[in-house]
Amino acid sequence: MPRFIRTFLIALLIFGPVVQSGAQEISGDDMRSLDGQVQEIKSDVLDIASDLSILEERLLYPSDTQLALFVSIEEDEEFRLDAVQIEINGELATHHIYSFKELEALQKGGVQRIYTGNIATGNHDLNVTMIGKHKNGDDFNASDNFVFAKGIKPKAVGITLAGPGSGNSGIQVGDW
Amino acid sequence: MSRAPFSVIGLLLFACLATSPSRSDELKDLYFGEALYHAHQGNFFEALERLDTEVRQHAELDEPELDTLYYHINDAEFSLGDFELRYRMHHRAGRAIRAVLEGAVDEIVRNDAAYRLARIHFQKNQMADAMRALDRIDGKVPVSIRDDIEFLRANIYLAQGRPEESVDVLKKLEGSKSFGGFASYNLGIAYLQDGQREAALTQLDRAGLIASDDNSELAIRDKSNLVLGTILLEDNNFEGAIPYLNRVRLDGPFSNQALLSAGWASMSTENFERAVVPWSILADREVTDHATQEAMLALPYAYGKLNVHGRAAIHYGRALDSFGAEVSKLNESIESIREGKFLEALVREEIRKDKDWVIRLRSLPEAPETYYLMELLATHDFQTGLQNYLDLADLHRKLEVWQSSFDSFDEMVEIRRSHYEPLLPDVDTQFRELDSRMRLRIEQHRMLVQRRDDMLTTPRPEFLATRAEQAILASLEDIESQVQGSDSPFEGSLEQRVRRLKGMLTWTLETEYHERLTEFNENLSGLDEAMEVAQAQYDQYVRARQAATHSFEGYEDPIGRLRVDVRNAVDKVELLMTRQGRLLEVVAIEELVARRDRLESYGDKARFALADSYDRATQSQAMGVEE
Repeated sequence: MPRFIRTFLIALLIFGPVVQSGAQEISGDDMRSLDGQVQEIKSDVLDIASDLSILEERLLYPSDTQLALFVSIEEDEEFRLDAVQIEINGELATHHIYSFKELEALQKGGVQRIYTGNIATGNHDLNVTMIGKHKNGDDFNASDNFVFAKGIKPKAVGITLAGPGSGNSGIQVGDW
Repeated sequence: MSRAPFSVIGLLLFACLATSPSRSDELKDLYFGEALYHAHQGNFFEALERLDTEVRQHAELDEPELDTLYYHINDAEFSLGDFELRYRMHHRAGRAIRAVLEGAVDEIVRNDAAYRLARIHFQKNQMADAMRALDRIDGKVPVSIRDDIEFLRANIYLAQGRPEESVDVLKKLEGSKSFGGFASYNLGIAYLQDGQREAALTQLDRAGLIASDDNSELAIRDKSNLVLGTILLEDNNFEGAIPYLNRVRLDGPFSNQALLSAGWASMSTENFERAVVPWSILADREVTDHATQEAMLALPYAYGKLNVHGRAAIHYGRALDSFGAEVSKLNESIESIREGKFLEALVREEIRKDKDWVIRLRSLPEAPETYYLMELLATHDFQTGLQNYLDLADLHRKLEVWQSSFDSFDEMVEIRRSHYEPLLPDVDTQFRELDSRMRLRIEQHRMLVQRRDDMLTTPRPEFLATRAEQAILASLEDIESQVQGSDSPFEGSLEQRVRRLKGMLTWTLETEYHERLTEFNENLSGLDEAMEVAQAQYDQYVRARQAATHSFEGYEDPIGRLRVDVRNAVDKVELLMTRQGRLLEVVAIEELVARRDRLESYGDKARFALADSYDRATQSQAMGVEE
């Protein structure tokens, strides 16, 4: 009996995976055929998503009043961004608390669209506050005020954040 | 034996080739940055949606060089292909990269595209196409992908059964920082495939000694040692196999298989005591693992050989209990999957919040439907099917949200229509008045500008006379004509007085001409500014009027069309989910039934061996042999 067990086990060790993959290849063909169809529907849904986002933008944020605010982090910055709060003309527009994944995406060069809304043409006040931690673990809280002009075209404002240094808030705002 | 290494090569290659969009030094297009933000979080659908729209809009521009995406267009098109690849859309990814390849692009960009296309073909198991894509690489190659290209080339040769050519390429890669360990192992496999057995053993030995603290390199080192040990086992060189199997780390991914083989190597040389050591370690590990299950039977078998039949009986008994419990669990799992609970568990919200969803699957609550999920995931087809199922579930959720938003859109458009439509007739009347006034002012302004321009070439002082001077001049001309027609005795003196007065006026107009022209020009400039303000207000009014109409007109068709598209997509997704889900269930049940059958077979052997061990133990006791 033991001899039989050994032969049985060695056979399993050597030929086991081959038998297993042979059994699954029948399903594998079906899986691959379905995979093609899944790719097609993904493509269809992406097209719908694209059309829908254009429609939504037209409907909800017409170009003459559209305002979009974007947040990015200065390259090679090592501070930890915890949250950002934005006020437009003294009223809270948005605030965001960052997850680790979101922070990582910003540090890798991603740009977050933090706010999209409507605003009248003319000059507006923008207040940006950021809360975070320095590399050494100390908390910091920085805030700065800016003025931006909204014209008849859609307005995109880029907010670039860096760890606050001596004499500056670490917050920069630029037109795009 | 030959199957396993190739599947490992494939997996390793996939892991190594996965690239991520790099941080751009000077990001000029916020929307491209937004797509990267989504991609860096593993949200490839959102990244694709953003970037696809952006690239499409860029392509429709008359002057694309004025668009901010112009600076990133090559990167953006590459990223599209990359995101599509990561979202498992190989067909579209191939098309996107082929488009770059066929465009009029820089040599470096074209070569990068050719490499990416080759990678896609390789992943789709289209080796000839993959090699053709690599053959298109010519001239300057980006430094960052030089080794990647050669490693891919070597693996294509291996997959095509051309080991000799693969060996040549891999030899040059052994010193590579990023591929050294993998190249070293693959070189051993290439020698083996080429029939150069001695060279293969030497090479695998070398690959099994690589010093590294990188986890993937350590894993490939373990793999080299395991493969080398297994080859020697097959050659009946049991003593020779043991040192290599012992090199495999106890906490690495190949540890269980190495422990099992080490035990068999010792058994084969009848060194039963030595066989007990690895099998004892293995028998206490996770019972769902094949190697552990085998070790649970092999360990008492070794004890039997050592004539420790009592202990052998205890271990056979433990194995029997364990296999029994496992068979019950398998039966529960099979039943649970048949009841559809497996698919329900897979689409739970918490799994897909993370890009490392496979890892999160481990944290699923213990339930019959999820006991064997990780084992099932070891097969590539199942993993692809499962990822597709989860992607379909995500699409379904998105489509449902969109479906519910159409009613809100309709309502919004209707509210705007009912607000603006009654106001517009009055607004239009006022607009027409404003429009005619505006046109008049524009015409007047145009005439003044024309007059100023004329005076700059032909001086006309009378044009710059004040209103009073114009009145005086008109009176004098009137008096002059009256005097000329009369028979008055004072005609001569009157004419002289009129001429004197006209002369005075002409003197003033001529001498003050330049001063007046300057003043006129300054006034006209002021008027230009006022006209610009008026024009801006007029334009703003026109836009506001258009915006009012645009806020409720022209939405009916696109909303209607999208509503139909979304409904059709929902139907299609549901159909595919049903088919994909059913297939996953079938594969899962097949796998679990095979496991159950094997365990039942193990159980039979254990039961028989248990009885045999009891008999022998009893006989030994009767014969007074001490254990």
